[in-house]
Formats: sequence, C-alpha cells, structure tokens
Amino acid sequence: MTKRYALGIFEDEDVLLHAIENVRAAGVKIYDVFSPYPVHGIDDALGIERSRLPIAAFFYGMCGLSFALWMQIYMLGFDWPMIIGGKPHIGLPAFIPVSFELTVLFCCHGMVITFYTISGLYPRMKVPVMDVRSTDDKFVMAIELKEDSDLGNLTQLLRANGASEVNEKEMTKE
Amino acid sequence: MAIGLIASAMGWGAGHHEVAGAAHGAAAEHGAGASAHGGEHAPIWLRRLFASLWQSNVFFLGISAVGTVFVAIHTVAYAGWSIMVRRIAEAFSAWILPGGVIMLIVFFASGHNLFHWRTEGIMDPASPNYDAIIAGKAGFLNLGFYVARMVIFIAIWWFFSKRLRDLSLQEDQIGGTGFWDKSINVSAMFLVLYAVSSSMSAWDWVMSIDTHWFSTMFGWYVFASWWVSGIAGILLTAIYLKQAGYLRFLNANHLHDLGKLMFGFSIFWTYVWFSQFMLIWYANLPEEAVYFNQRLGGFDGKYTWLFFFNLIINFAFPFLVLMTRDAKRQMIMLKIVATAVLIGHWLDFYMMIMPGTLQGDSGFIIEIGTGLVFLGGFLLLMTKRLSQASLVPVNHPFVEESVHHTT
Repeated sequence: MTKRYALGIFEDEDVLLHAIENVRAAGVKIYDVFSPYPVHGIDDALGIERSRLPIAAFFYGMCGLSFALWMQIYMLGFDWPMIIGGKPHIGLPAFIPVSFELTVLFCCHGMVITFYTISGLYPRMKVPVMDVRSTDDKFVMAIELKEDSDLGNLTQLLRANGASEVNEKEMTKE
Repeated sequence: MAIGLIASAMGWGAGHHEVAGAAHGAAAEHGAGASAHGGEHAPIWLRRLFASLWQSNVFFLGISAVGTVFVAIHTVAYAGWSIMVRRIAEAFSAWILPGGVIMLIVFFASGHNLFHWRTEGIMDPASPNYDAIIAGKAGFLNLGFYVARMVIFIAIWWFFSKRLRDLSLQEDQIGGTGFWDKSINVSAMFLVLYAVSSSMSAWDWVMSIDTHWFSTMFGWYVFASWWVSGIAGILLTAIYLKQAGYLRFLNANHLHDLGKLMFGFSIFWTYVWFSQFMLIWYANLPEEAVYFNQRLGGFDGKYTWLFFFNLIINFAFPFLVLMTRDAKRQMIMLKIVATAVLIGHWLDFYMMIMPGTLQGDSGFIIEIGTGLVFLGGFLLLMTKRLSQASLVPVNHPFVEESVHHTT
C-alpha cells in the first residue's frame, strides 16, 4: 500500500514546537514528527497520550515479588528445609534481597517485551525513513496526504510556520 | 515586602506552636515528676527533657544543614531546575547556629544522663564504675575531643552556609556569572567536608549514646534520614509558598522533581536501614544484636510497634503513594506524604535515641512538646531569612532554565 506524505523540514526545535501547535490549531492532523534527539515538551504539543506501560510494570513487579517469595518459602520452608545460621526456615529478612532482584528482573523484562510487542518492533525490521536528514540536524514533520488534500495550502501553512522546505514523499508499506 | 506577610503568618503559627508545646511540656513535667526516682540519675522528667531536647535538636540541626547540602549538590551538578526552590534551601540553614548553641548547652547540662561514656570514673581502672570496653574508646570519646569536633562540625556547616548565601545575595545585587563560578568551588569544598562531618557527627551525637554498640552503616543511616526530611521540608515550604500566591513560576514540573527526590531517598533510607538490620540479624553477634534486641521486644515490647511503624511510614507509605506520576504532580498528595515523612523521620530519631538514654521510661508528651517548640523556632528563623531576600535568585545564570523546566 502506498501513501503520500507532505514533509515539512525545520531547522530549530523551538520553531518546530510552535509550528506543531499552529498546524494542529489549523485542523491538520500530523502523522508524526522525526527529530535527531528527544525534544522536551513535544509529547504534549503533539497531544500524544501518556503511555500505560507503568501500570503494566507495576503488575510485572508484583508477579516477580510473589514468585520470589513463593519460591523461597516453598523451597526453604517446605520442600527441603535447611537450618542456615540457626535462623528459622522461613526467615523473611534473608529473602528480601532475592525478592527485590526478582521484582526488578520481572519488571524490566516484562516492560521491554510489552513495549516491543505493542510498538511492533522485532529484530531486523526495516524502518522507513521519511528524510535521512532527520537523523542528522533537521526536524521533519510528516502529514499524510489524502485524496482530497490540498498540497498548496499545506505548503503555505508549513512555510508560514517556519518550515525551510516542504517536500512530498511516497512511502510503500507491505 | 509581600513576603514579609507570609513570614509573619507562618511566624504567628510558629509562635502558637511554641505556646502549645510549652504547655504540653509543662503539663507532662508535673505528671512525670511525681514518679521520679532518686539514685545516680537525674529525675525521670529531667532525663526525658534532656533526651527529647537532644533528639529534636539533632533532627532539626540536620535538616538545617541539609538545606545547604541541597544547594551545594545542585551547584556542583550545574542543575538548573532547582533554582526556583534554592532560596528555601538557603533559608533552612538559619537554624544551624542556634541549633549548635543549644546542642552545646544541652550536652554540658545533661552530663551522663545522655551519654553513658560520661559517667564519672568509667574510664578509670580504679573506679567501681570502670568499663574496659568504654575505656578502650577513650581516645575518641573524651570530653575535649568530642566538644572540639562538635564545634568544628557546626562551624563548618555554618561558615559554608553563610558563604553560599552571601554569594547568592551579592549575585542578586550585582549579577554576572562570577558569583556562580565561585559558589561552585565553595560547594565542592563543602560537600567533601560535609561528607566527613555528617558521618562523624552521626557517630558522636547518636551512635555514642549506645556506647558499647557500633555499626558501620550508621553515618549513612543518619544522613539518609536527615536528607529525606530536608527534601520533604523544602517541598512542603515550596507548596506552602505557592499556595499563598508566591513563586509564580513554580509549577508541577518542579514539584514532580522534588517528589521524585523524596520518593527516591525514602527508598534509599530503607536500603540503608535494611542493610544495617540484615547484617546484624544474620550475624547475630551479641554485641551488635543488642541494639535491635532493645528495639524489638525489649523493655516489655515498648518500642516494638514503633519499630514497624517506622518502616511503614518511612518506606511503605511514600513508596506506594508516590509511585505514580500523577501523585508526584499533585500538591495535596505531596503535602500528605511530606508531612508523613517528616513525622516519620522524627520518630526515626526517637527510635535511635530513646532506648539508649531512657530505656523504658520514654513517653510522648514531653517529647512531642519539645519537638513542636523546635519546629516553631526553626520556622521562625527560616521564614525570617526567607523574607529577607527575593524568593527567586533573579540574577542566577540558570534562572531562565528553571522557569522553562519540563520533566
């Protein structure tokens, strides 16, 4: 499937942030913005909702904690009780370091796997690059062009908001 | 000008506290004085007064110094976001000098009631009070060296607080980056000296109460307690000023970062606490375990509930409540948690000091009264200093960065 995009190229992040606000205020839907480095405040400007990943992280952490406690209590308390240093079989303070580590381990791996799955990332995937200069020193704002989009108006709008050039690009996605 | 208003409002509140505190204290003294027993120690009410004075003073003196540490760390780190609350941290150090003077007075007045190692003849082999272990520590725990250390530590904290404050005030008047360059050097020197002095003051002022006992984690443990309380205090003052209509440029982003610090260092305190506890629990050596024996089930279980409450209010509560991003950006949540953290760490110092000084005789009425008197005095001096300069260092090179701070 082939889609057409209008690409506004910006030189400066402050100009870009203002342009995003104005373009959105003009009722144009922005497909995405590409920048060489993370820009502070761009999430709010683009109106991107906050990720719900932390909620998932909390539950992964809880799973890790429960698993660690179950594992240690079952192994050292019931399956194969051993006396270590004269302590009770289930000596909670001794279990805390392992519980902490497993909580972090489950939490991290769970988050990474969830993030990759949701974002559709996988090894060796080809990432379509709108404009290679967005990996160097330019900021690129991509707007999807529909059948009835007026490229002339869009070009004017972007130029009025500080775009140094406006290009059209076709991207093919399998 | 306008800031004077809030200062006087807070000052009035503080004065009110002081009256209330004194009333509490007096009432408790009458009650407890009746049951005072004789013997070599002072009457119980006097010992309780000394111990509670010491506890609240160590707590508030530590918070006071933490204000300067906060400024110093953010200066050497080239941190821009915290400029908005820098003046609050600077104002905290107003209590260092009075706190230090009170500490000296209480130390000399209390005699051996606070510190077992000051008992007459305890280091003299001919005396019936002789204690070989304590005598072995005479090189460090003797009156002259101890007092010298106390004076030097407080002098260091006071001098560098004043130096950083003066540089900041001159910067307000004259401007330019020269004062900031100088304050980097001053801050770096202070941090090195503070690292040593805070750790040693923790041994001196708190650990030497349990003279036989020792813990290598103790310096960090006391510092963590001071540091997280100091951050909670800065946060609470910032919110108070914001809600009274000052600090116009302080927004949720700054509070978010302060909240993160409070959240993070609550966990750090727990980490240090647990490191100390687990090593002692695991090794189970009598000379080490006695500390937790006294606090867990000792004196008919007097301190047991406090031992667990300490962990709940200083770890579980801030950890669970401040976990989400939204909680760290809401003033009401931060206010609740910061208050809990301050009360919690005051209780933490209660746990450190009371079992060693009063054994089972400690209570809460004199102690809370004394704590409120100290709170009142601290707030009076702090708000007075806060009202003496612009609430934001207007000529600081990073002030613009702080205004536009986003997290």
